Amino acid sequence: MATRELTIGFLPLVDACLPILAQEHGFAEEEGLSLTFVRDVSWATVLDRLLYGHTDASHMVAPLAIATTLGRGRPPQKLVAPFVLGLNGNAITLRKALAEKVCEPGKFGDPREVGAKFKQQADAALAAGRKLRLGVVHRYSSHNYKLRYWLAECGVRPDEDVEIVTVAPPFVADALANGEIDGACVGEPWNSVCVERDVGTIVLATAQIWRRGVEKVLALREDRLEAKREEVEALIRAMRKTGEHFVDPANWEQNSRVLASEKYLAADERLVRRSISDRLVLTHGAEPVHFPDFMFQHSEAANFPWISQASWLYSQMVRWDQLTYDAAEARMAAQVFRPDVYRSAKSGTPGPIPAANSKVEGSVTQLTQVGTQQGSITLSDNRFFDGRTFDPEDVEGYLASLP
Amino acid sequence: MKIAIVDESAVRASIIEEGLAEFDDREVYILTERQGLLARIEEIGPDIVLMDLGNPSRDMLEEYFAVSRALARPIAMFVDESDDDAIAASIDAGVSAYVVDGLSSNRIKPLLDLAVRRFNAFARLQNDLAEAKGRLAERETIDRAKRILMDSKRVSEPEAYAELRRKAMSSNRRIVDIAEAVVTAHDLMGG
Repeated sequence: MATRELTIGFLPLVDACLPILAQEHGFAEEEGLSLTFVRDVSWATVLDRLLYGHTDASHMVAPLAIATTLGRGRPPQKLVAPFVLGLNGNAITLRKALAEKVCEPGKFGDPREVGAKFKQQADAALAAGRKLRLGVVHRYSSHNYKLRYWLAECGVRPDEDVEIVTVAPPFVADALANGEIDGACVGEPWNSVCVERDVGTIVLATAQIWRRGVEKVLALREDRLEAKREEVEALIRAMRKTGEHFVDPANWEQNSRVLASEKYLAADERLVRRSISDRLVLTHGAEPVHFPDFMFQHSEAANFPWISQASWLYSQMVRWDQLTYDAAEARMAAQVFRPDVYRSAKSGTPGPIPAANSKVEGSVTQLTQVGTQQGSITLSDNRFFDGRTFDPEDVEGYLASLP
Repeated sequence: MKIAIVDESAVRASIIEEGLAEFDDREVYILTERQGLLARIEEIGPDIVLMDLGNPSRDMLEEYFAVSRALARPIAMFVDESDDDAIAASIDAGVSAYVVDGLSSNRIKPLLDLAVRRFNAFARLQNDLAEAKGRLAERETIDRAKRILMDSKRVSEPEAYAELRRKAMSSNRRIVDIAEAVVTAHDLMGG
């Protein structure tokens, strides 16, 4: 019987799936854990509950855990992320008329081509005295960073050429419908909701921008991790088992139903199923498009918190908050990701563990066997769409090379 | 001092507003609409913004407070480290406070305390209401069960109730549980 308890905060998004399903399918119970959940509607509140002890751990946009540790916007509080809840799973949705001008609706275009056409539209709007406005879910989100990364590489200067504003995911469809925004980068099921309501067309998946981009993490206060170390390690093991169940097509229907239920996402089960099966409908009435690895929750040690991922996020924070690189801050940011905890949780149990804590991000172009502490891991294509690589040992050089 | 209350619950907002009447020198603005929220805030130029934690616009507003160059004086979440308890209490109550840079904490504290008290009072009211609604639903279930027994056993209403009650007492359960079982069984049998 479960004797140890953890309370977990989340936002109603598909990528809160692992802790939820760990509880619902008994993987938590197997580890002697009982999980309770607190659902919120803003990251600010998810964070407040974590900081003031309403929750032990939270589903969280990864850059926010780093921003909180570095004290952006409020006094610094150390957060840690011992587990990555998933990679990617977000998309860029544009107002229908705009989407028609940048891609063939119903298909994923090439990010460079879509970007070039988007630039023409952004320039035309500027010439007409208005900036296109794009929504992201939070300033400190991977959505924001991947959207900006794509735009900048395609010659569109974020903030200067287009406006980027925060819009809560449940309001994206409304905001598109009433013209508040021209597009948004948001997680599922909210892109699909826009398509279903016929107010927007999905034009790109964030996986097209960075094939293996870090998305949500499980975040805790550092002192809470120390106090609940055993529980957290048990949770990590439970979520790894859940991931295996999650990616098995035989379970998609059941998992969609559980996640969509009133208690968790309170969403349309069919829409949830689209994202977990990597088969999105991109424009209203179209056939689903299979995009492998749209969401990436399990294979290739997807949940391992690579320090280099945290460093990449820090590099983007420096880039877009217009700060100068600071070696001490870079170290603090890197230390938010805790591969040591993941290792200690998984050590001696089935499943692979990487040997290194860091890697050159975006450097894998074909199937590559990597060194492991146990088991075997073959990494597949993890490129950025522009072909750049990120060496965590040279963040400054990387920043200097970016547009 | 300009105080903006951002709350999608107009009732709760007015409960707080009423409480603020005890403070001199205040102008209170209530904002319940999401659309046009930022424009309204910009127009008002508040010294303090009180917002409920369940408000989906929090991230948008925080972003605006953090980066807006339009505001002459930046607004930040009220996090006075010397008074962590007060913040914890406000988070417990479900309210967040944002204050303009430079506003002294002795002016903010009483306001925040009041907001916390009012939020808690509102939450109690809602609990009472939910409980009352729950009791109403229980009544309906018992009434349905009584009707089923009256129809199927041809007994009077007091007899039907007595039967439910007897069964509850002998099985150490609540009457409403027995009633629920009767209703469920009835529905299962095709009603």
